[in-house]
Amino acid sequence: MTKYETVIGLEVHLQLATRTKAFCGCSTDFGAHPNSQTCPVCLGFPGSLPVLNEEAFNFAIKVALALGCKIQDLIKFDRKNYYYPDLPKNFQISQYDMPLAYDGFIDITSSGQSKRIRIKRVHMEEDAGKLMHTPGYSLVDYNRSGMPLLEIVTEPDLGSHEEAYDYLTKLKAILRYLKVSDCDMEKGSLRCDANISIRPEGDTKLGVKVEVKNMNSFKNVRSALEYEARRQVSAMGSEEKIVQETRLWDADKEVSNSMRSKEEAEEYRYFPEPDLVPFVVDKRNIENIKSGLPELPEARAERFTKEFAMSEYDAGVITSDIDLAEYFEESARLYKNVKAVANWIMGDIMAALKEKTISIKDARITPAGLTGLLTMIDSGAISGKMAKDVLLEAMDTGIDPKAIVEKRGLSQVNDRGEIEAVVRSVIAGNEKSVNDYKAGKTNALTFLVGQVMKSTKGKANPSIVNDILKKILEGGV
Amino acid sequence: MLRVKRHVTDPVDHGQYARLPLKNGGGYGNLYRMKSIDKKIVEKVAHLSRLEFDEKELEQYCSQLALILSYIDKLNELDTSKTQPTTHALSSLKNVFRKDVSRESISPEEALRNAPAKDGDLFKVPPVIGGK
Amino acid sequence: MEKLHALTAHELIASKKSKTEIATSIHERIEAVESKVKAFVRINNTSSAGTSGVLSGIPVLIKDNICVSGEETTCSSRILTDFKPPYDATVVKKLKAAGAYLIGKSNMDEFAFGSSCETSCYGPTRNPWDLDRIPGGSSGGSAAAVAADETIMAIGSDTGGSIRQPAALCGVVGMKPTYGRVSRYGLIAFASSLDQIGPITKDVEDAALLLGVIAGYDEMDSTSVDMPVPDYKRSLVKDVKGLRIGVPKEYFIKGIDKDVEASVRKAIGVLKDLGAEIKDITLPHTEYAVATYYIVAPAEASSNLARFDGVQYGLRDKGARNIIDMYIKSRSEGFGNEAKRRILLGTYCLSTGYYDAYYLKAQKVRTKIREDFDRAFKDCDVIITPTSPTPAFKIGERMNDPLSMYLSDIFTIPANLAGLPAISVPCGLTAGALPIGLQIMAKPFDEETMLRAAYTFEQSTEHHKLKPKL
Repeated sequence: MTKYETVIGLEVHLQLATRTKAFCGCSTDFGAHPNSQTCPVCLGFPGSLPVLNEEAFNFAIKVALALGCKIQDLIKFDRKNYYYPDLPKNFQISQYDMPLAYDGFIDITSSGQSKRIRIKRVHMEEDAGKLMHTPGYSLVDYNRSGMPLLEIVTEPDLGSHEEAYDYLTKLKAILRYLKVSDCDMEKGSLRCDANISIRPEGDTKLGVKVEVKNMNSFKNVRSALEYEARRQVSAMGSEEKIVQETRLWDADKEVSNSMRSKEEAEEYRYFPEPDLVPFVVDKRNIENIKSGLPELPEARAERFTKEFAMSEYDAGVITSDIDLAEYFEESARLYKNVKAVANWIMGDIMAALKEKTISIKDARITPAGLTGLLTMIDSGAISGKMAKDVLLEAMDTGIDPKAIVEKRGLSQVNDRGEIEAVVRSVIAGNEKSVNDYKAGKTNALTFLVGQVMKSTKGKANPSIVNDILKKILEGGV
Repeated sequence: MLRVKRHVTDPVDHGQYARLPLKNGGGYGNLYRMKSIDKKIVEKVAHLSRLEFDEKELEQYCSQLALILSYIDKLNELDTSKTQPTTHALSSLKNVFRKDVSRESISPEEALRNAPAKDGDLFKVPPVIGGK
Repeated sequence: MEKLHALTAHELIASKKSKTEIATSIHERIEAVESKVKAFVRINNTSSAGTSGVLSGIPVLIKDNICVSGEETTCSSRILTDFKPPYDATVVKKLKAAGAYLIGKSNMDEFAFGSSCETSCYGPTRNPWDLDRIPGGSSGGSAAAVAADETIMAIGSDTGGSIRQPAALCGVVGMKPTYGRVSRYGLIAFASSLDQIGPITKDVEDAALLLGVIAGYDEMDSTSVDMPVPDYKRSLVKDVKGLRIGVPKEYFIKGIDKDVEASVRKAIGVLKDLGAEIKDITLPHTEYAVATYYIVAPAEASSNLARFDGVQYGLRDKGARNIIDMYIKSRSEGFGNEAKRRILLGTYCLSTGYYDAYYLKAQKVRTKIREDFDRAFKDCDVIITPTSPTPAFKIGERMNDPLSMYLSDIFTIPANLAGLPAISVPCGLTAGALPIGLQIMAKPFDEETMLRAAYTFEQSTEHHKLKPKL
């Protein structure tokens, strides 16, 4: 029985977060009224000419350097010629044989193993408009036409759907650290296509490659590639042939379907774009940009393990997103118990973020708010359990935790006298449990503590309750 | 516009060409060793260009292209193995950028003013079947 | 009524005549002769604009491949019927700011593909010197209108000689500036690496004046050069003493019209007598220029013209069932034969398997042609040649023979391939009373020396004063 291995290469298209488009001064804002962010250039009107957005170029160089790539000595653009209604000039300004950057890498950790994924090329191109299909006709909105894109292509180094997922997660983290894109697959600022084939384990020759498109989230990429690998393996075992084709992922049905196959290979007639001059980045400039790069996720994680004595795992989780990392770091500045901060962020906060499907930026609790809450726990002003509820309320309402505690009168009761009174009343009303405890059943104590907590609406300081209860039960009155 | 005076299979009129020799004293030299071009290739090129022709037009373009390509072949007389191609007349011009500053867009009305068909502020086209 | 329309721009400016008088004179002239010349595709019957400037009230005719906001701009092609661009070309903006009276749009070969103005969907413009002959192309309408005094000045575009050749054939001045000297923003592209906009005028002084208005860096055009525009009027001096004039032997081949050769040699003699130093030079790759051009230009054109598909503007076949059908029918209906021929040729040369042998090869030969000029300009200041191998030929004469039509550009094409400035000035008439043009080429961005040589020659002869009898 032949064992097969999977070979995957990923192609990511990234919309760069510049203020204006790649070749004209139209806005890049999302969700505008159709055809309201257009001009003769991005509409491809006759006589219009492109001029390259310097910021887009700089973003591209930053990404290339952050991915360890070599920068091309002479950067030129090429025309990719094909006909489609969302492409106003019926050619796309892209890069063909001399892409902006090449030969980079991303190191990922997948299933505990470290693996280097090589980046084959990074190049710039312009986006097409948006085409909408209705029965009988199609409609075109050119707001997106001319948006600056970066295409990042890996070598076929990914060996599984899990590695593909891990690669995308790592890539997104790096790109967000660079602040060059919001990498939002839902908004379309990050798109991913995959090339997948299988081959007998140990073989070096590549099998028939299938292109998979229409995966609109990292999870979908993972599912689609898992499905496709399985489909190819079972095809090998049957009469079904694996054909070089493009397949679209159907997230609802969780299958991939073949697109109508093309009769001939694409004939794009690439040639150098005569309306744009070449670009050169001198070595000194490259060094400057490299040294000016922000601290990237891996480096940040390493620093966290040293500076905050965090575990590698914790550091990895916290630095996986730049907003999370910055939130943590600011909290750590305000509050000494870094472990507690990390736990709260990685635990309660991240769980809430996941449930609400929001990011830490929209969490409505500031680092100061969080550390304030932790300080209240330390001082005994509220219990740890109470604090969890307060946190959730703060995240829902945006009200500062301190204010919530005050408003709801949630302050923990620490007064021994007050607590003693309640304890005595509970003891008096629960003779059986008291006897159980004296007979050696320790869970009776837990029950009695619970009753005190219930009676004080959770506000009694649990350790004081425990202490007083024990003293009274053991020591007599 | 183009009035074709002779049927495509008539021999080429060398008399006219002799008026403009390109090397001193000669005619077009190798014209009699004329290239022919496969009709299937011209059909493919026509489709790539989103043009269609009837049989007669296709033959006509085939022969005209063959003639032109035969002439263009003279570039093979030159050894360019050590020559760099010229993409831009101004070989020294590099790094022309614009700043990432917004410039007023045109209104949807202006964008769509020449549209043969529209639906609100969207361009309307016949159905697009299949993918790119 | 004073024949104001017969004057040059600088004479009109000096005369201090009012805008109304000038406009009236021009429109009267157009009415009188336009039915014979057919230079215009659109006449602007409104009165002159209000702005004052260096060209206040001077009628300027714009070739119909240059965008004027809100006005039909068709490139003399059916595929752009009714197209009204929502913006002005940069040169149009500059002309408006200088107060020019934009008198209308001129006829041209469809999308500038041609050397005779015969591929226009509107039919050919006539040469005012002989109405049975072509005016040259592709800026035939502009050149004919200037020659016929239907406009004082005109703007054309030049990709392989499309300003200079019609200027020569119509007995007027036509100039192609250095590539990058004048903005291409708003010029509907033919071959992006070769196109330039330039003046067509009655004399060199007017050409210098108009160049000064339209030249300059444009941030909307990545290929426009950020260099200051000199005061070209200062080049208008009669002085060629010590000027080194290169005369390339490859431009005096057997087969050029003998009257053309005689006129040009005589013109060179005039300059020699005025103190210029004549040198025999060689530009050995000249014979490959046409072949090079007819790969590079159609290749770029095939890509530039892909946008004409009926989606956003222009002709659309309304009966198409799907998008591919719409593309094919609209384009097949909308383009003329020469356009289709060049699109096919260009697409072929860029296709996989042919790219290296054709497009890449042509770009390399282009380098060799440029190097010929670099070498020559080490010892010369200007290079002088005939503009066209023959005078104007008869309408219809070369329409069946694309290749012989292409060879009309044999002397003008090299300047486009090398990006050099070049001007054509009248230097005589043939025995059949047809105009002959003298071409002067100079180093990149040395329009000043070129204008000085042209002005000196012009002012030492009477050719520029000759007008056709209409």
